[in-house]
Amino acid sequence: MKPEGPIIRTRELTRTFGDFVAVDRVTFEVDSGEIFGCLGANGAGKTTTIRMLCGLIPPSAGEGYVGGIDVSRDPEAVKRSLGYMSQRFSLYLDLLVVENLEFFGGAYGLGGAHLRRRIDEVLQQVDLDAERRTLTRALPGGMRQRLALASAMLHQPRILFLDEPTAGVDPSARRVFWRLIRQLSREGTTVFVTTHYMDEAEFCHRIGLMVDGRLVALDTPEGLKREHVPGQIFEMDGAQVHRALQLCRTLPGVLDVQPFGAAAHVRVDPGRLSAEQLKAALSGAGLDDLQLRAAQPSLEDVFLAVVEAGSRCRIPERPEGARGPGSRGPIPTERPAGARR
Amino acid sequence: MSAAEPVLEARDLRRAFGAVQALGGLSLQVRPGEIYGLVGCDGAGKTTAIRILTGLMAPDAGTARVLGQDPLGSAAGDLRSAIGYMPQHYSLYGDLSVAENLRFFSRMFCQSKQEYHERRERLLRITRLAPFVDRRADALSGGMYKKLALACSLLPRPRILLLDEPTNGVDPVSRRELWALLFELVNEGMAILISTAYMDEAARCHRVGLIHHGRLLLEGSPSELLAGFPQLVLEVEGPGIERAEALLATHPAVVTSSAAGPRLRAVVDANRAAELRQALEQTGARVRQAQPSFEDLFLTRIVAGPDATSAVRAEQETEAGA
Repeated sequence: MKPEGPIIRTRELTRTFGDFVAVDRVTFEVDSGEIFGCLGANGAGKTTTIRMLCGLIPPSAGEGYVGGIDVSRDPEAVKRSLGYMSQRFSLYLDLLVVENLEFFGGAYGLGGAHLRRRIDEVLQQVDLDAERRTLTRALPGGMRQRLALASAMLHQPRILFLDEPTAGVDPSARRVFWRLIRQLSREGTTVFVTTHYMDEAEFCHRIGLMVDGRLVALDTPEGLKREHVPGQIFEMDGAQVHRALQLCRTLPGVLDVQPFGAAAHVRVDPGRLSAEQLKAALSGAGLDDLQLRAAQPSLEDVFLAVVEAGSRCRIPERPEGARGPGSRGPIPTERPAGARR
Repeated sequence: MSAAEPVLEARDLRRAFGAVQALGGLSLQVRPGEIYGLVGCDGAGKTTAIRILTGLMAPDAGTARVLGQDPLGSAAGDLRSAIGYMPQHYSLYGDLSVAENLRFFSRMFCQSKQEYHERRERLLRITRLAPFVDRRADALSGGMYKKLALACSLLPRPRILLLDEPTNGVDPVSRRELWALLFELVNEGMAILISTAYMDEAARCHRVGLIHHGRLLLEGSPSELLAGFPQLVLEVEGPGIERAEALLATHPAVVTSSAAGPRLRAVVDANRAAELRQALEQTGARVRQAQPSFEDLFLTRIVAGPDATSAVRAEQETEAGA
């Protein structure tokens, strides 16, 4: 059995609104079963990209294929093949949980015993079986979000597009939601997701970063960190962090200084400034009581580096080792042609 | 009023919506030069608290004070221009441009032309919206929209700013800019009350209140709260992580555990950490102790914490019975 090709594929995908180029010649591939994260500032073109790939708006130029279907030629077939959860998910608050699912199932052309079975299945999957007769308005945000996901999964799509699915949801509900996303990916569903939460982006197998409509970086989270946040990061903590920050900005070998919560992150070129030299410089200025420990770069560091560098970045060639989930073990990349779960 | 006096105060605020007790006795104080972060789950009562403190809603019981006065009392008119309020949802006119929105709100605050022009120049500069004055609010990106809403709320030079989840759906760069702006404002003596679901933002506040079921569970500076964190945090990675995950899911020493990117992160009972660590290492995984974060605190106290829910429920039952 040979691995299936990419399930999403774009070439020079472009969309303009009047003079404004919202998405500018974007080329990428997403493998089956992959969690692909699309990051970028507000207005960078993430939602427009999703809307083109979901067949909701036609591209102005270039190509997009989703599940082998050309989004320009057959947008209706594309819509049927995927699940889409928009930024402001559209549930009917005055309906019961089960009624919302019956409504959306009907919209996808499902009915009868098949729909009833699917409703049971998705309610189990998103762990809302106990809320089946609850009025949607009475659900807390985290549960509404899972219901929206359930309604996008009724027709068993192999691809899910999730546009900021967790905006404004509290940390515990976000964790539950991501456990579910990872489970779906392990079972073979491809997930294309946008988020502003960089801790969530860590769960993606690969990440594409958009700036002003262009895709300026594309790699695994580890690859992005290696390329865009080189050097060694130290976290500084203590009463005099503010003074230490100012001092660090003047030291040779310091690449970047950022306040980070109540603490601060200092990134250094270890060839020019060792941990010992940094400590010595701090205690030389009377800042002995600061705690200094090695820290890992975060995707927020990557985001800030890439977005601020903007046009200077280019897309690296996709390395073989970073070919989606296949290299990561537990997630299957193979599926018999045309198989449905 | 001296600088140390609180300018914003809630005393035992209570408010119910039908059978739902949104606030069950909330008390807090915010002083000039301070950013106070209100952190909690959906439905914890953050928005209700902010709406009562701005004078948009009356409490069932308890007292709200703004600059020492009742925001719904006879001073309400005078207080209006002392309070900047940025609601969670869309509050601007989408069909009006950036400049037109600012002018509209300036007129609502009865500002003179000269005052409007001065404020407009400064606010456009600090929010970096000057290049977009003619763009319609509907056509702004999420981050720019929030900055315009903030600029409108800052027009009358308020002494107190109340922000209800201002950074939801805002990208990391814009979030950082917004926070830099908030720090500038408090350095000039403003008092800021902000609600947020971002735990890294909670860590940037001067003081934080963790709100659950309408009352505070914890309050203090971020460093105080984290210093008092009673458990240990372990991070697990490497081969054997699946077995480690299964172990964490069932081991009695684990308070909460979840995936954090390629690693697992667990909050564990300090007395039994050594035993758990040994068991984890036997799976072949690498284990190291990590610094507790605000998210650990939040998940431990609110999701896994037994005290919160039961205490409030008991109180609600008492109230219902009385």
